[in-house]
Amino acid sequence: MLDSADLSDRVAQILADHAGLEGPLLPILHGIQAAFGHVPQAAIPQIAKALNLSKAEVHGVITFYHDFREAPAGRHVLKLCRAEACQAMGADRMAAEVKAALGIDWHETTPDGRVTLEPVFCLGLCACGPAAMLDGRLIGRCDAGIVAEVMA
Amino acid sequence: MKLYLPLDSVAVALGAEAIAAAILTEAARRGIRVDLVRNGSRGMVWLEPLVEVETDAGRIGVGPMTVADVPALFGSAARHPKALGLVEDLPWMKGQTRLTFARVGVIDPLSLADYRAHGGLQGLTRARSMTRAEIVAEVTDSGLRGRGGAGFPTGIKWKTVSDAPGDRKYIVCNADEGDSATFADRMLMEGDPFCLIEGMAIAGLACGAAKGFVYIRSEYPIAIRVMESAIRIARTAGVLDAGFDIEVRVGAGAYVCGEETSLLNSLEGRRGVVRAKPPLPALEGFMGKPTVVNNVISLASVPVILAKGAAFYKDFGHGRSRGTVPLQIAGNVRYGGLYETAFGLTLGQIVDDIAGGTASGRPVKAVQVGGPLGAYHPRADFDTPFGYEDFAGQGGLIGHAGLTVFDDSADMLAQARFAMEFCAIESCGKCTPCRIGAVRGVETIDRIAKGDAAAIPLLTDLCSTMKSGSLCALGGFTPYPVLSALTHFPEDFTPVREAAE
Repeated sequence: MLDSADLSDRVAQILADHAGLEGPLLPILHGIQAAFGHVPQAAIPQIAKALNLSKAEVHGVITFYHDFREAPAGRHVLKLCRAEACQAMGADRMAAEVKAALGIDWHETTPDGRVTLEPVFCLGLCACGPAAMLDGRLIGRCDAGIVAEVMA
Repeated sequence: MKLYLPLDSVAVALGAEAIAAAILTEAARRGIRVDLVRNGSRGMVWLEPLVEVETDAGRIGVGPMTVADVPALFGSAARHPKALGLVEDLPWMKGQTRLTFARVGVIDPLSLADYRAHGGLQGLTRARSMTRAEIVAEVTDSGLRGRGGAGFPTGIKWKTVSDAPGDRKYIVCNADEGDSATFADRMLMEGDPFCLIEGMAIAGLACGAAKGFVYIRSEYPIAIRVMESAIRIARTAGVLDAGFDIEVRVGAGAYVCGEETSLLNSLEGRRGVVRAKPPLPALEGFMGKPTVVNNVISLASVPVILAKGAAFYKDFGHGRSRGTVPLQIAGNVRYGGLYETAFGLTLGQIVDDIAGGTASGRPVKAVQVGGPLGAYHPRADFDTPFGYEDFAGQGGLIGHAGLTVFDDSADMLAQARFAMEFCAIESCGKCTPCRIGAVRGVETIDRIAKGDAAAIPLLTDLCSTMKSGSLCALGGFTPYPVLSALTHFPEDFTPVREAAE
């Protein structure tokens, strides 16, 4: 766990790295999530102060976007595409099999903290569905065998 | 020995990195020097990963590749068990008119020398010799309309921004390509990023803007990386300078940010909530300044229009849909991918002839055209020519020109329910018909599924409210997939089905 001084130093560095950008909040939040794996609650007052926003405004932006997490994810993040082109290739059935195998639903993490399962709406792999992304790696023609890969 | 292997997301998702490693290992083992170019994709997804071997006769395609197929590449490419012949002679390639995608899959995406050698920067060079009004007139005369889906004439939008007073103006490229079945923006950015940069630079000249943004969705990591590299290269080479520079911004997983005013709020660092129009973004856009918001394909079509002239581009097409359109054929389809052609092919020609029907081999039941907000078309609509007005006339839209093919196992009630569910998940919350209507829509469709036929008029009434009362296309167009499913496939909405089970 980070102590608060360390967190505050790193957030200050990220804020400084984005100084001078027009409309810098999203790049800052991406930077913070890349550094910490989520956007820590403790960073919000510091971001708000630097950008002359209210804490509520920063919180509002964080919660609007699906990408930003308020708590860390599991060690692996598995995203399965739920959009129509993948549905046409059996994505719903595959998602049901993956959920059953992992014993979790969308947006949940296995109790051992190994994997977080998330829906995604389109990875642009619509002619080789069902599509998935495992820890940032793109996968086409995915099947429930992906679970074995996560568990390996 | 010169080989090509795409860096395109599709090739990577189907194993291109392992093929690349195997090629280098095998070459080292044989003591052969290989020049492995990571190109864009030719758009033939069923052949990916597609390796091309340069020979005296031309580039011979070999695919779809597995690691086991690598050693045989080092013999005669033409005699490889998976050899396809010259790539440019394949029927999929020969049938196309590649104007916007002319270089995608052909060149090294990050070689400015390659880009120049294949006609790149001719449009920008010509634009630099023209007045602002002349550039705008050229784009207007080409008949180019917004390829993001709305179909608004690009030249008229540019003229509004060009004529607007303002100390700062912006060119914003909408690369938040969130519609299912669309990947043309991604392929263009991954396969020919300088083309987009050139189009934006021309837009900057035409409108008097000094700054451009490319807003790319976070689901496209490879496109983000390639665009950022290309922008750095363009700066070093002086293609971009203080007179016009571009910055990449990454989205954060909100579908609604593909709507232009929501995108502008997101760029400004706010919640991606839709803005009411007027004011038009062309007059009060990013930071309240005059702003062009154009789709990737609209901007990437500009260089060829400037290089070859408005008349050349306008000559292609059909009715008021001028030029070419990159069709993206997806879903349950035998030959899926990107196919650029003049407007005017019928839906049936696209689905049956080009795409070869379904991957499953079962009959086509429905084709959703234009992404998640597009209508589901039955075979009865297969004689509809691909054009903005033609699809509007069939109760649909062409959107970003994506087509999702479904076989006869599709349950259209489930598809209609998903459309409402998706709208509920992605609604920005600003207007009531969308925010609440979508939730009620899911509930109403669930009632129909349980056999409550009285809920059907309620659903059509709700759809009419959403259509006329929503602030943007998300709530306003969700009725297209819902009502088209209900109209064309009523058998999926009747309790008879449940009774039979």
